[in-house]
Amino acid sequence: MSVYINKDTKVIVQGITGATATFHTKQMLEYGTKIVGGVTPKKAGTEVEGVPVFNTVKDAVDATGATASVIYVPAPFAADAIIEATDAELDLVICITEHIPVLDMVKVKRYMEGKKTRLIGPNCPGVITADESKIGIMPGYIHKKGHIGVVSRSGTLTYEAVHQLTQAGYGQTTAVGIGGDPVNGTNFIDVLKEFNEDPETEAVIMIGEIGGTAEEEAAEWVKANMKKPVVGFIGGATAPPGKRMGHAGAIISGGKGTAEEKTRIMEACGITVAETPAVMGETMIKALKENGLDEKCKTH
Amino acid sequence: MNIHEYQGKEVLRNFGVKVPTGYVAYTVDEAVEAAEKLGTSVTVVKAQIHAGGRGKAGGVKVAKSLEEVRTYADEILGKTLVTHQTGPEGKEVKRLLIEEGCDIKNEYYVGVVLDRATSRVVFMASEEGGTEIEEVAEATPEKIFKEVIDPVVGLTPFQARRLAFNINIPNELIGKAVQFMTALYQAFVEKDCSIAEINPLVTTGDGEVLALDAKLNFDDNALYRQKDIVELRDLEEEDEKEIEASKYDLSYISLDGNIGCMVNGAGLAMSTMDIIKHYGGDPANFLDVGGGATAEKVTEAFKIILSDSNVKGIFVNIFGGIMKCDVIAEGVVEATKQVGLEIPLVVRLEGTNVEKGKKILEESGLNITSASSMADGAEKIVSMVN
Repeated sequence: MSVYINKDTKVIVQGITGATATFHTKQMLEYGTKIVGGVTPKKAGTEVEGVPVFNTVKDAVDATGATASVIYVPAPFAADAIIEATDAELDLVICITEHIPVLDMVKVKRYMEGKKTRLIGPNCPGVITADESKIGIMPGYIHKKGHIGVVSRSGTLTYEAVHQLTQAGYGQTTAVGIGGDPVNGTNFIDVLKEFNEDPETEAVIMIGEIGGTAEEEAAEWVKANMKKPVVGFIGGATAPPGKRMGHAGAIISGGKGTAEEKTRIMEACGITVAETPAVMGETMIKALKENGLDEKCKTH
Repeated sequence: MNIHEYQGKEVLRNFGVKVPTGYVAYTVDEAVEAAEKLGTSVTVVKAQIHAGGRGKAGGVKVAKSLEEVRTYADEILGKTLVTHQTGPEGKEVKRLLIEEGCDIKNEYYVGVVLDRATSRVVFMASEEGGTEIEEVAEATPEKIFKEVIDPVVGLTPFQARRLAFNINIPNELIGKAVQFMTALYQAFVEKDCSIAEINPLVTTGDGEVLALDAKLNFDDNALYRQKDIVELRDLEEEDEKEIEASKYDLSYISLDGNIGCMVNGAGLAMSTMDIIKHYGGDPANFLDVGGGATAEKVTEAFKIILSDSNVKGIFVNIFGGIMKCDVIAEGVVEATKQVGLEIPLVVRLEGTNVEKGKKILEESGLNITSASSMADGAEKIVSMVN
């Protein structure tokens, strides 16, 4: 078991003929992901890495039976790509693209209300179920099948956490990057709910960063609902207020959204927060031992 | 991206938001000329810098004659204003807004922002105009009224009316207030603002609803479709290294420390700063080279870090995903060839194409200390610099 994706998930790549998409299509195929088609307008009939290309998402879905898509199209066209995928009634759309204007995302979210499609991202590394399917840009080799769920606002910090876990001998179920933008499709709580219900996942690591209040809300949810241990980390403890730290969402304004405040609330809700990004793995292992889950989660 | 108050008012005026008449002045003579052109009995001389709190810092003066305009303009131009938003070093005033004075009856606050919790644009209003809205939010949150806007219909007249009634705009001015708010919302969405704040919005003795101040911020991600806004950018208000970095789409922020950082990914870049601090060091910058960076961009990033004379050592921390380690390595090698490297360099590479990257660095013959993890790298660079 896993969340969102598994070895049978059929995926199409939107924007497949672009250089980045082509590179990652190859990487995903090598990982074992079932990439069944690609979409680039006016390129129907061609192939990328042996994958057939279609003009529209609808055409690709009709021809291949895909249920998920991954979007690599440039920012000015990305909102439309998400809407097109939603219109084609895909179950899951993962948008890797960064720098999408936020008001475009406000419209996209409104459009998606009441529709069946789940959006992950934008501005995210994607989703990987270890040893089964990788949809996104994360380096596959650092992941190992196991029992830890990972959810994160930051791509590279996800890699960091996964790497630490794998090196220490603790595999993962699924790692979900929800993205660093202020308006995104899937939040911490959505993913925590999935991990809570997933029988293979024994514990979860949740990686946040400064800005907004998503971590605080998730912490309250964990306190009220979570049956499994949760370990956390917040990036940006030393970031100066008022400065946007790369991610559009990572900014401390009006005294809100500081790492200190987030850490305080997470700890008050029973989440163990790692002191530095270098000890995210260690902190998880400690939590597993305290909860008698160490034997079960140690994969080698 | 930020713009000046006078520019913000010009943008708003084009959308039908009422603002006082005013002109920008770069010199004392221009200020006096502007006041003559206005011909009003009372003129306001306002410092134009990209920071709030100008009034308290002495950057806003009310002049009752042309002589006073001259005196105040002379006093404020060239002065360094220190406000709660400028940092202790302050900001030098290079432009003034010379504006007609008006007979203020009441002051209010209105603001349009993105609300992350609802993923919607929210219109806020309060009767407590003229003060810091964060303070109002802290002390008397019940005095801030909010309307969540559905992007399909925009700010509707009933929502604007409800806000106007809630903040006790007098009945005879409700129509004008609704018009004002609707126009402000239009400007916000059409110009891709991230913040549009009017503090204060005022009602006047002659029955007008006016924006006495205007703070507009724009979504950097949308600037590609807002060419006229990009032209308003005032480079003198920005950090030189940050400007240079923005030319190459690098996300760079200057800090006060001495350890230069080059990292991929905003989360990892922030955390790299955190861990340097944890080991007793002090980061000189935040730098996210991003996902799609080329070797050329990495070279420029490295040169920007080296151009900071405070930098006594560099820590490159890369966990490649979309970014490939070999691209980083090529960029680092090229930059050191171009500008030399006389300070310690610690590199930690992991992720996509890590072996290729390590090989490029090894074969370069550069004096690089490699690190096995981010903690190891942070510890090493801190001990080498301190």
